[in-house]
Amino acid sequence: MAVSKPMERGTEDLPALPNLEVRSAASREPKPNGRERTALGQPPEVLLDIHRRMLLLRRMEERIGQLYAMGEIGGFCHLYIGQEAVAVGMERATRPDDPVITAYRCHAHMVVRGAAPEQVIGELLGKARGVSQGKGGSMHMFDPARNFYGGHGIVGAQVPLGTGIAFALKYRKTDRVCVTYFGDGAISQGQVAEAFNMAALWNLPIVYVVENNQYGMGTAVDRASAISELHRRGESFGIPGREVDGMDPVAVEQAGQAALEHARGGQGPMLLEMKTYRYRGHSMSDPALYRSREEVQKVREERDPIARVADVLVQSGVVDADRLKVVDREIRAQVMEAVTAAQAMPDANPAELLSDIYAAGS
Amino acid sequence: MREISVREAIRDAMAEEMRRDESVFLMGEEVAEYEGAYKVSQGLLKEFGPERVVDTPITEAGFAGVGVGAAMMGLRPIVEFMTWNFAMQAIDQIVNSAAKTRYMSGGLLGLPIVFRGPNGVASQVAAQHSQDYGAWYAHVPGLKVVAPFDAADAKGLLTAAIRDPDPVVFLEHELLYGESGQVPDGEHVAELGRARVVRPGRDVTLVSWSRGVSLVLDAAAELAEQGIDAEVIDLRSLRPLDRATLLGSVQRTHRIVSVEEGWPSCGVGAEIVATVVAEAFDALDAPPQRVSGADVPMPYAAHLEALALPLSETVVRVAHEVCYTDG
Repeated sequence: MAVSKPMERGTEDLPALPNLEVRSAASREPKPNGRERTALGQPPEVLLDIHRRMLLLRRMEERIGQLYAMGEIGGFCHLYIGQEAVAVGMERATRPDDPVITAYRCHAHMVVRGAAPEQVIGELLGKARGVSQGKGGSMHMFDPARNFYGGHGIVGAQVPLGTGIAFALKYRKTDRVCVTYFGDGAISQGQVAEAFNMAALWNLPIVYVVENNQYGMGTAVDRASAISELHRRGESFGIPGREVDGMDPVAVEQAGQAALEHARGGQGPMLLEMKTYRYRGHSMSDPALYRSREEVQKVREERDPIARVADVLVQSGVVDADRLKVVDREIRAQVMEAVTAAQAMPDANPAELLSDIYAAGS
Repeated sequence: MREISVREAIRDAMAEEMRRDESVFLMGEEVAEYEGAYKVSQGLLKEFGPERVVDTPITEAGFAGVGVGAAMMGLRPIVEFMTWNFAMQAIDQIVNSAAKTRYMSGGLLGLPIVFRGPNGVASQVAAQHSQDYGAWYAHVPGLKVVAPFDAADAKGLLTAAIRDPDPVVFLEHELLYGESGQVPDGEHVAELGRARVVRPGRDVTLVSWSRGVSLVLDAAAELAEQGIDAEVIDLRSLRPLDRATLLGSVQRTHRIVSVEEGWPSCGVGAEIVATVVAEAFDALDAPPQRVSGADVPMPYAAHLEALALPLSETVVRVAHEVCYTDG
């Protein structure tokens, strides 16, 4: 199994990244329907936080992939590896009380919202103390106490749901904003356009985030969408869109902040297109024969979000490579502890088969 | 008690619940300014304003999903479909999102939402606008499915549906909106999941729901003249199914005929017959029978349409069959 090791690679052979320099505040302004400028120039503690959060997602998903290969996890399992900058950058931009909803590639979104990795892994293992008591599995995880609303398996269906969450936020006259994620494949679902229309018509507080990882299952974006600039797919509803380097967590955070401010300020929905990449197949059963190994390798080497932040940390002298190796070991140990804790949970209780179909007592 | 139409009873239930609980709101096509395509929401926009009586675009999948999302946040949406025929665009949100979320989340996230609108056969509107969806939704765990017949139940059951913590599919009948009946004054809440014996009888059980109850009552009156004392059950709720009331009736009458507008195959009647055969076989004196809509898409021409509908004459004939008597 290919396991990415971004931390253990020398930094001197990295290709130059054109966008590492700190740009002026003015140049960070979102460009109307254009490409978001990137800037990793953030205080060291911020970059360290981003790095640690992304690495936790990476190591957790790698371990989940191994558990799947060992037969401990069944069914569909969609890993987030490669896309970490999106979840982490957006989470840093989002307030804890801003609701978040996504599709079936949801493990990482659960964890960045604050769910314990062992509850996520326990769910994958079909355990009683998995987050959904073993009834949801990989695709159906919810944490309403932390304002995470799933975990939805029908491509695109979560987009009207997120729009309804935003409807409720406005109905309640709150200043919260719903962040609604979907993939590049989902954007062609009719109900996504229906949701865009209502969100714009009713000026709802919502930020739509399309995680464009370049392939809807095995279909490249330009084979599925009449225009490949997905951030423009809201234009006919008057929804402003931005293209963002989704492999740059700081660019994601800045674009997210701008979009959230826009929506929070009563200016209605925005659409952020995160140009990202998944290193693994669509799901664990996908050998990803529709793209070359070289393509994947090139992204890993040139755009990996964790390596990019690590490089900046090392190059700027914040930490040395040895310190990052220690961080990696700590995170691997944290993930192993979570796996061990999850494996020790009792199996989902057969008596629970018939509960939670309706509210208790109804 | 006062006499009002089914249409007014539904409106009153919504209005009273909206007054009582500000998390209740109504959304759908033409519900606000037009006051409902079938004039069910008369006066609601004026009383509650456009934030709580929301006209939607023609976008069933989208606004059904918006309703479900709003329910995730604890609002209590009433989502009106102009007719249930159009809800086919939205059935994914009803079945995959609304019905399953409580279960998939291990009980963390419940969805208090009502989907309502006219269902069943209408007059000469042909195949795409004239059909019964009762069996479709009654199949789905996680939904409650209600189909009232008279004005009192329309009000009482809709009130209960709005207060219920789970998704309720509320199947009204276009041809019943104008029917009037006595409705209790003040708050009136019926219990979901309970059938009602409308007419007690000894010789045969006739069970139906929604507009079918009217056919069955006509048939029972005719049967009475012919010396057969039929018991009439208004099922009211298709899920959960009130098996106890059905089985109790069959224990008394030993015969049962179910009557529905929908298609026979895998219909609600099939479930009723299976229940009775499996759980009250020894009480039966005749094979249970079903009267249903014909197994065809609804035709347009009036005389063809009449051939596709269940009729009270058919119910009388089949009742005689199970009683081994001559009509």
